[in-house]
Amino acid sequence: MLPVIIFIYFALAMTTLSILVITRRNPIHSVLFMLALFFHVAALYLFLNAEFLAAVQVILYAGAILVLFLFVITMLNLKAEIFTDPFIGEWPVSLAIGSSLLLLIFFTLRDFLPGPVGTYTIEMIQRETNTKILGRVLYTEYLFPFEIASLILLIAIVGAMVLAKKKS
Amino acid sequence: MDISSFYGFLGTDTTDFILRMIIMVAKIAVVIVIALLHVAYSTWFERKIIGHMQIRLGPMRVGYHGLLQPFADFVKLFFKEDIIPSSGDRPVFQLAPMIALFATISSLAVIPFFNDFVIAKNMNVGLLYLFAMSSLSAYGIILAGWSSNSKYAFLGGLRSSAQVISYEIALALSLVGIMVLSGSLNLVEIIEAQQKHWYGMYVVVQFPAYILFLICAFAETNRTPFDLPEAESELVAGYFVEYSGMRFSLFFMAEYIAMIIMSCIAVTCFWGGWTLPPVVMKALPFLAVVPGLVWFLLKVYCHLFLFYWVRATVPRFRYDHLMSLGWKVLIPLALANIVITSIVKFLF
Repeated sequence: MLPVIIFIYFALAMTTLSILVITRRNPIHSVLFMLALFFHVAALYLFLNAEFLAAVQVILYAGAILVLFLFVITMLNLKAEIFTDPFIGEWPVSLAIGSSLLLLIFFTLRDFLPGPVGTYTIEMIQRETNTKILGRVLYTEYLFPFEIASLILLIAIVGAMVLAKKKS
Repeated sequence: MDISSFYGFLGTDTTDFILRMIIMVAKIAVVIVIALLHVAYSTWFERKIIGHMQIRLGPMRVGYHGLLQPFADFVKLFFKEDIIPSSGDRPVFQLAPMIALFATISSLAVIPFFNDFVIAKNMNVGLLYLFAMSSLSAYGIILAGWSSNSKYAFLGGLRSSAQVISYEIALALSLVGIMVLSGSLNLVEIIEAQQKHWYGMYVVVQFPAYILFLICAFAETNRTPFDLPEAESELVAGYFVEYSGMRFSLFFMAEYIAMIIMSCIAVTCFWGGWTLPPVVMKALPFLAVVPGLVWFLLKVYCHLFLFYWVRATVPRFRYDHLMSLGWKVLIPLALANIVITSIVKFLF
């Protein structure tokens, strides 16, 4: 019973927080609600025995990316921003597409079948710890995709430096 | 699919869960009370030390040699009027000090104080959790700076967020050597791994990483010589200019707890935590009588003394020097340390 109550709390809180993020007029308040949302996501990872992902979620999303958002937003002229409409004119169309997508997911969920149990069972992950297993999988089975991803990130870093260094 | 299998650690039944929660809350209360007492007396300690270093006496009036000074300060701050700027953002202004204190105080959960006394036991990602919480402390500062609607506070907040983000990288990288050597992110396991060597302290083999860590710890906690977010001579007092009374003291507590946490991380990762090196224990076996907490606290107090010593000795950095030191010196050195440590560990 208790796990279900906790899950219901997280599901409701995450939905509410996401709605609050997009409806606030003040971007700083949106960022703060997003911060709370990231914490709830991290907690969900913890319930899935993925403590490494939970920690990385907080370090990278809450601790780095969102701080940079905040950094940029504090430079904006918020006094003018607060009086503009937070939604663009076509929001009913987006709402219709979004809700039909949600309905589609609801109907497909009924036919959801859990896949066959592989090598990485919950017991094994609890015994070996999530960090170790994730590292092993990333550096053996998925080494090539992992290297490609790091190369793409490196290109992005170099690109950012080139753009910043360019003299106008 | 049975969802309860994911939640195995919550316990099998509700009474068990409630019992565990009560024990947990009691532990948290004890640790927080002791930590706050430490904050109170580390302010006294700091004023005394800096006083004597500058050939003054420091606080002398309240109690014997000013021993009750922290309580006098607390009473004064507690009853001071709480002023909120009328043009600022009221809810964010009120929230910012709480975020700052929460981010630092929750780090206490994973620190092993003595013989397995940890609030969150079996935290497999203890070190990552500490990084996560220390990266959150930027929020308190940047939000305080923004919501005060004041130039000085805002500049202090901006400086601090840039500083904390930059030094966090070097701080985390300087501890990767420890992770490689101990093969774990769990702080208790890191201490146990150190006990397997005769020297019993990673500071012996990771001395460069220790120096890097200390420099980054000073920057992360906004202490001199990196206290640019609150540079009195340029920014009046930085991000907390507009705060007074209890809300100001929350920032104050957050800074001191952050200092204590950084000292605790240094002690746990580099100085063997509550243990003494096996060599020393073999030479002087009677030391086993002393409880581990004593060694832990002594090591932490030495680090706190270092924070004060540096504050009384070194002048403040210039901001561009601070940034180039962080990005061009500390991060490459930390990366080199990781490479060398990994190669040495692979070879031996």
